Amino acid sequence: MAELQFREAIRAAIDEEMAQDEDIFVMGEEVAEYDGAYKVTEGLLDKYGPKRLIDTPIAELGFSGIGVGAAMNGLRPIIEFMTFNFAVLAADQIINHASKIRYMTGGQVEIPIVFRGPNASAGQLSATHSVAYDAMYAHFPGMKVIYTSEPEDAKGLLKSAIRDPNPVLFMESEQMYGLKGEVSDEEDFTIPIGKAKVKREGSDVTVVAHGKMYHVATQAAKQLEKEGVDIEIIDPRTVKPLDLETIIKSIKKTNRCVIVDEAHPFGGLAAEVGYLIQREAFDYLDAPVQRVTLPDTSAPFAKNLFDEWLPDAADVIEAVNTVTYRK
Amino acid sequence: MAKKDKDTQEIQFTPSGTSILTNGKIQKSTELPSPTRKKHKSLGLSEEDLVAMFEQMYLQRRFEERAMQMYQKGKFGGFLHLYMGQEAISTGTVFALNDDDDIITAYRDHGWGLVRGVSPKEGMAELYGKVTGCSRGKGGSMHFANVEEHFWGGHGIVGGSIPLGGGIAFANKYKQNGRVTASFMGDGAVDQGVLHETMNMAQNWGLPCIFAIENNGYAMGTAVHRHSVGELVDRAKGYGMKSAVINGMDVFTVYEKMKEIAEDIRENSNPWLLEIRTYRYRGHSMSDPMKYRTKEELKEYEKLDPVERIKQYLLDNDIIDEGKVEEIQDDIEDRVMEAIDFAEESDFPEKSDLYKDVFVEDDYPFHT
Ligand SMILES: Cc1ncc(C[n+]2csc(CCOP(=O)(O)OP(=O)(O)O)c2C)c(N)n1
Ligand SMILES: [Mg+2]
Repeated sequence: MAELQFREAIRAAIDEEMAQDEDIFVMGEEVAEYDGAYKVTEGLLDKYGPKRLIDTPIAELGFSGIGVGAAMNGLRPIIEFMTFNFAVLAADQIINHASKIRYMTGGQVEIPIVFRGPNASAGQLSATHSVAYDAMYAHFPGMKVIYTSEPEDAKGLLKSAIRDPNPVLFMESEQMYGLKGEVSDEEDFTIPIGKAKVKREGSDVTVVAHGKMYHVATQAAKQLEKEGVDIEIIDPRTVKPLDLETIIKSIKKTNRCVIVDEAHPFGGLAAEVGYLIQREAFDYLDAPVQRVTLPDTSAPFAKNLFDEWLPDAADVIEAVNTVTYRK
Repeated sequence: MAKKDKDTQEIQFTPSGTSILTNGKIQKSTELPSPTRKKHKSLGLSEEDLVAMFEQMYLQRRFEERAMQMYQKGKFGGFLHLYMGQEAISTGTVFALNDDDDIITAYRDHGWGLVRGVSPKEGMAELYGKVTGCSRGKGGSMHFANVEEHFWGGHGIVGGSIPLGGGIAFANKYKQNGRVTASFMGDGAVDQGVLHETMNMAQNWGLPCIFAIENNGYAMGTAVHRHSVGELVDRAKGYGMKSAVINGMDVFTVYEKMKEIAEDIRENSNPWLLEIRTYRYRGHSMSDPMKYRTKEELKEYEKLDPVERIKQYLLDNDIIDEGKVEEIQDDIEDRVMEAIDFAEESDFPEKSDLYKDVFVEDDYPFHT
């Protein structure tokens, strides 16, 4: 095991894959000479040269589309967005093209592309820089969506994403890049896409949480432990395909569930998982499923409002109290 | 049949340039056109105008120097993109345009707010995220706005404000109210597709809009010739749009050209593409190691400082003396310090403000 920062784990995944396959290249804003806006790609220009580490203009639609075209024609692009908040400008190429061309051509084309970068909020950056996009992309057929919470998951799943023959969206967080964690140094370590992980075993309530919210759930679990409530945390890691089996298995044990999601409430991952639980495990539930999400408003700038807006451990504890009828 | 090139090492897509990879000699990121030769009288500027221009430029500079210190002390968070070095552009433009002409910009917007009626107090309070801020603490540094005085705000998505400027101009033409719109963008925004879509429609429909590029040499860490091909102003050619390139370190030059363009637009209802060459003195935001440019280059541009330049003009032409300059500067310093006190003492928004201004109506049934 090696202790790596989140950014180092991502870099290691890219580096290892690039070393094995010459068709892999990285493209995006400030990825090469600046060493990455968040230093994820630091040193890779020196190692792989300007042919394979490509600084782009601020032209998200254009370079995403060039990535899709290159993938159709045999390359394996890794497209970095400075954040998925800016990938909105590229949504046409991701949603209308990357996800649909194979289907429309009756399977004549493969599009092995990874779109990656930070997702959701990163502190007080106001409304346009703070949105969680994982569930939005998961809505569309033809793309896999990953939003990890810890360095090891990031490394293993990013390697799988790069090898995957389909478009994959791989999401990170500006606020987690410095987070350290043990990462397997097993040779060619990968994690299969579509497998959730039980990250904390517990008997009282199942909490489903991914990305940055996993850490909020962990804080809540520590607090609740002191109060004698035993939380089981499941990190889906992959949003799509979703590993429902692991979630349902846990609910059959705990009979209660809280979903923590950094998206707005309408039609997000929490909405989807909540529906699936009632369909698959209705008879096992001892309380209605609760969710903790952002409110139905955009991100405010003011610190006090931002803190109010972003889900925190207290919100999770309150939801756990509701499903356990503790108040 | 074309030959196959086996030597893959030689392929390089993005050109490298003034950056850590080269030899560090002074290689200016933008060539500055000469400033106007005209003196203030032939530009139609009074001595009072000149003093007001200096005050405004010095205010923008001092406001940001103090804001930067407060940021470094941890008084507020978020991004802080400083406008220092570019003040001649905001000031020259606003003095040249009518007060009801419309302005919209990207996120490097503090100077624009200050020159368009955002008081230092409201500006500083916005940086602090206080309810007394110009955007009531909802927007922060990137979203100064004063719509009442036709400043339609800073906008944080690169390129996002370009078509908005076009749309504001569209409405002005529709209403035949004679107003001109200035839609400002950075050099980096020129690469966004939306510029081209907007320019095409603007030219075809004769929109009364100035698309103005503040070319400060860099988009974050990428020098302009690394991100954009050819001269930025030449984008106009493909659309048959009127265009010009000017020196943005000299407030007279900006004033002169903006005045001329606004007159032309009011007469002929056609858009312009204006490239204004300038330089940003500070990093892109607050956490920028600035390895992509040399200290020498920065120094070269600091010699051309627009605030110093107008001050020197005032002194050289005996419009005001050193004593008066000091008085003005002290006065502005006081106003900025008062603004900081005001921001610190102001309240944060109420919790319920989270739900305010999402929609116009105040009884909207929010989803939970
Ligand atoms: C669509 C989009 N992509 C990327 C960014 C991140 N970003 C913010 S500012 C910036 C550089 C813009 O440079 P330029 O347009 O030259 O303006 P300047 O900062 O020099 O004023 C980038 C890449 C963004 N805000 N929006
Ligand atoms: Mg720039």
